[in-house]
Amino acid sequence: MERESMEFDVVIVGAGPAGLSAACKLMQLAEEKNQELMVCVIEKGSEVGAHILSGAVLEPTAMNELFPDWKDKGAPIKTQVKGDDVYYLTGEEKGIKTPNFLIPKPMHNEGNYIVSMANVCRWLAEQAESMGVEIFPGFTASEVLFNDDGSVKGILTGDMGVAEDGSEKDGYMPGMELLAKQTIFAEGCRGHLGKQLMDTFNLRDNVDPQHYGLGIKEIWAIDPEKHQEGLVVHTAGWPLDNHTEGGGFLYHMENNQVALGFIIALNYTNPHLSPFDEMQRWKLNPKIAQFLEGGERVAYGARAVNKGGMQSVPKLSFPGGLLVGCDAGFLNGAKIKGNHTAMKTGMLAAEAIIESILAGDVSSKELSLLDEKYKASWVFDELHKTRNFGPALHKFGTLIGGSFAWLDQNIFAGKLPFTWHNTTPDHETLKPAAQCEAPVYPKPDGKLTFDKLSSVFLSSTNHEEDQPCHLKLADPLIPINQNLPLYDEPAQRYCPAGVYEVVADENGKDQFQINGQNCVHCKTCDIKDPAQNITWVTPEGGGGPNYSNM
Amino acid sequence: MKILVGVKRVVDYNVRIQVKADGSGVATDGVKMSMNPFDEIAVEEALRIKEAGKADEVIAVTIGPKVCQEQLRTALAMGADRAIHVETDDEIQPLTGARILKALADKEEPKIVLLGKQAIDDDNNQTAQMLGGLSHWPQATFASEVVIEGDTALVTREIDSGLETLSVDLPAVISVDLRLNEPRYVKLPNIMKAKRKPIETLTLADLNVEVAPSVTVLKTSAPAKREAGIKVESVEELVIILKEKGLIE
Repeated sequence: MERESMEFDVVIVGAGPAGLSAACKLMQLAEEKNQELMVCVIEKGSEVGAHILSGAVLEPTAMNELFPDWKDKGAPIKTQVKGDDVYYLTGEEKGIKTPNFLIPKPMHNEGNYIVSMANVCRWLAEQAESMGVEIFPGFTASEVLFNDDGSVKGILTGDMGVAEDGSEKDGYMPGMELLAKQTIFAEGCRGHLGKQLMDTFNLRDNVDPQHYGLGIKEIWAIDPEKHQEGLVVHTAGWPLDNHTEGGGFLYHMENNQVALGFIIALNYTNPHLSPFDEMQRWKLNPKIAQFLEGGERVAYGARAVNKGGMQSVPKLSFPGGLLVGCDAGFLNGAKIKGNHTAMKTGMLAAEAIIESILAGDVSSKELSLLDEKYKASWVFDELHKTRNFGPALHKFGTLIGGSFAWLDQNIFAGKLPFTWHNTTPDHETLKPAAQCEAPVYPKPDGKLTFDKLSSVFLSSTNHEEDQPCHLKLADPLIPINQNLPLYDEPAQRYCPAGVYEVVADENGKDQFQINGQNCVHCKTCDIKDPAQNITWVTPEGGGGPNYSNM
Repeated sequence: MKILVGVKRVVDYNVRIQVKADGSGVATDGVKMSMNPFDEIAVEEALRIKEAGKADEVIAVTIGPKVCQEQLRTALAMGADRAIHVETDDEIQPLTGARILKALADKEEPKIVLLGKQAIDDDNNQTAQMLGGLSHWPQATFASEVVIEGDTALVTREIDSGLETLSVDLPAVISVDLRLNEPRYVKLPNIMKAKRKPIETLTLADLNVEVAPSVTVLKTSAPAKREAGIKVESVEELVIILKEKGLIE
C-alpha cells in the first residue's frame, strides 16, 4: 500500500523528559552552529503530559544544563524539598523513623524539587515549539520503518479508524511514514518499538536483563492543616515482606495536595501478590494515613519503571537511530529518580547528532558517539557508583541489603571494587501458586482504600471503543491452559487497571478476558507475564490515560 | 457563501471533573482542554457543506483567553480556511457570546452560523437561540441532518415524536446535535499547514460589545455521593420498604 510520507532531519518518538530534552537541545545546538534542522516529536497521549506519570522529586541537574534560566522562564518547578523523612514500617500500625545518618546518601534530597513531571513536560514542549519543533500529540509510532540495508529510516504512525475486526470504518485514516536521518526512541520504560529494536540490533548482548518495578500513584487533596509543602516521605518495609523489594513515597506538593505511591519490584515471587492491593493497604499505616484522613483522592495512575541500572543499560546506537531515557533504562534506583538521567541522555543524543551532522551525512548511520558520550557523562558516574544498590537489596533483602547499601554509599562512596549482577529476568521469578500463600487484603473502605475500577476512573482513561485489542496474545490458550493452573493467572492481579480477568463463560468454563479499554499503558503485562505471551502494542492515537498533574 | 462556526474551549470530555475545594468552580490547572465536541461536529458539517460545493469559505470563531487559539488551530487543521479569535479574559455568558457572534456576523456576512447545540462545560444550550433572536434570523436547532438547497437549508431535528424537518431561509443560525456526523481525524500535514493559516485577533471593544453578565454563579458543588443500596428478598419486601419511606402509597 502506498502511504503518504513526510521527511524530517530527526524524528523523536515520545514527548517525555528524554524526548523533549533531546528536541530542545537539538534546536539550541542547531542555532548555535547555524544549521537548519527539521525536528518532529510524536506522542501517543492525547496531549503532551497525558501519559506522563512520575513521583516526582526532580534533581535539577539536567534542567540547569538545558535551560540555566528555567526559573525566569517560568518552569513549573517551584516546591523545594524542605524535609526528608524515611520510615521503616514494621506493620499495619507501626513505623520507625530512620535517623538521617542511617539513610544511604543517594536518598538525600537537598536541592531537589517536588514537581508534576506532566507539567514539566508541558513546559518543555512549549520551549521546544517556540524553537520550531513540530509536536504531534495523539499520534502513535506503531512500527519502525527500515531501509533495504536494514537501517532505520523512520516510523509509521498508527492507522486511525480501524474497527475491532480490522475493517476500515468511516473516516479511516491510514498511518503516515515519518522519515528521518536519525530517529530517537524515547518511549519510556519498555517502549514497544525499543523492545523490538533491542532484538533486531542485538543491543542487549553482554548486559544484564532489564529489571523493573511497578509504580502506582495517587494524588490527594488534603486538609490544609496537615499539609507541609516541601515535605518528602519515603517508606520501606511493610506491607512487603523482607524478600519483596519496594517502598512507598508521599510528597507534599503545592495547593494542599500530596502525591503518593508505591513501587513494587516486578521480580516478586508470589503470584498471589497484587501490587494494587499492597499499595491500597499501605495507606492504612498511620505514618501515611495521618496526612490523608479527611482528604479526597483526585487522581490515580500507574507506570512501570526500569531499575536495572548500569548493568542493564543496552547499546544505545544502531544504524539510523538512538535509544534514550527510560526506553534504554537510566533510572537511578538508589536515588529513585530517572527524570534527570532521562533528560541528560536525550541531550547527549542531540549533541551526538549535531556533532555528527557537522562531520557529514548522518542518514542511516550508527552514531556510537552517543554510547561514548554516555560513558563519559555524569549519568554513567552516578549509575556506576550505585550499581550494587539494587542487586544488594535483591540478594539480601531490605534489611541486610539496605545496610550494605548504606556502607557502600556512605562509607565507600560506591567505590567497592566489585559489581554484582542479577541475571534472572523478572518474568522468570514467579513460584507456582500452590507453593505460595495468598495474602489477605482488606476490603476497600471507600475512604483511604479503593477498588481498581473506581481508581481507573480517576485516570480519565479512554480508548475508542471499536478498535482492535492492543494487548496481543501470541498464544491465546496460554492464559487458561498454562498460567491459570500454574500461577493462578497473575495478570488478574499485577495489572493495576483491571484489564485482565478470568471469567466463566455460559458453560462455566474459564475464559481469559481482556478489557483493553481500561489500559493505563503501564506495560506491566508485557514485562511480567511468565510466558512472555502478552505484547503491548499501540492502540489508536490519543487513547489511554489523560493524566492532569501526574 | 461563507459559513461561520463557533468553537469553544472546554475541559476534555474524558477528564473527570473536579470541583474546587472552595466551591468557586471547576479545577482546570493542568487539565486537558479541547474543542467542545458539539462544536467539532459543527466544524465537520461546515467542511462537508463546503466540500459539497455549497460554500466557499469556513471561518472558525472562538471567544476567550489567548490559549483558546489551540482550539482554533484544531479547526484550521480539520480544514477551516481562517479563524477569528475574540480575545478576552472575562467570563462570557451566552447572551454576551451571542452579541459577539452577532457583531461578527454583521462584519463577515455569512449565510450560515453553525454552532454546537450546547457546550459540555456549562450545558447552557442558549447561544444559538439568542443569536437567532438578536439577528432576526431563522434558527434551526439540534440538527441531525442539514441539506443546503439554494437559499434555503433543510434541517432535520430529532424530536420526541420522531423526525421534524424545517426549511429555513438563509442566512440562518443552525445548532448541531450529536448524530449529525462523525468528525474526521486530523492529518499530520494539515496540522503543520494549520500553523500557517491566518488567525485574526479582535477585542470586545473592536466589536462594540460590553461584557454584561446577567447571571451570577453562587456555588459549584460536586454531585452528592450515591449511598450503598440494599438487596431485598422479594417484591413484597420492596413494596413494604418503599411504603415505609413514603415513596409509594
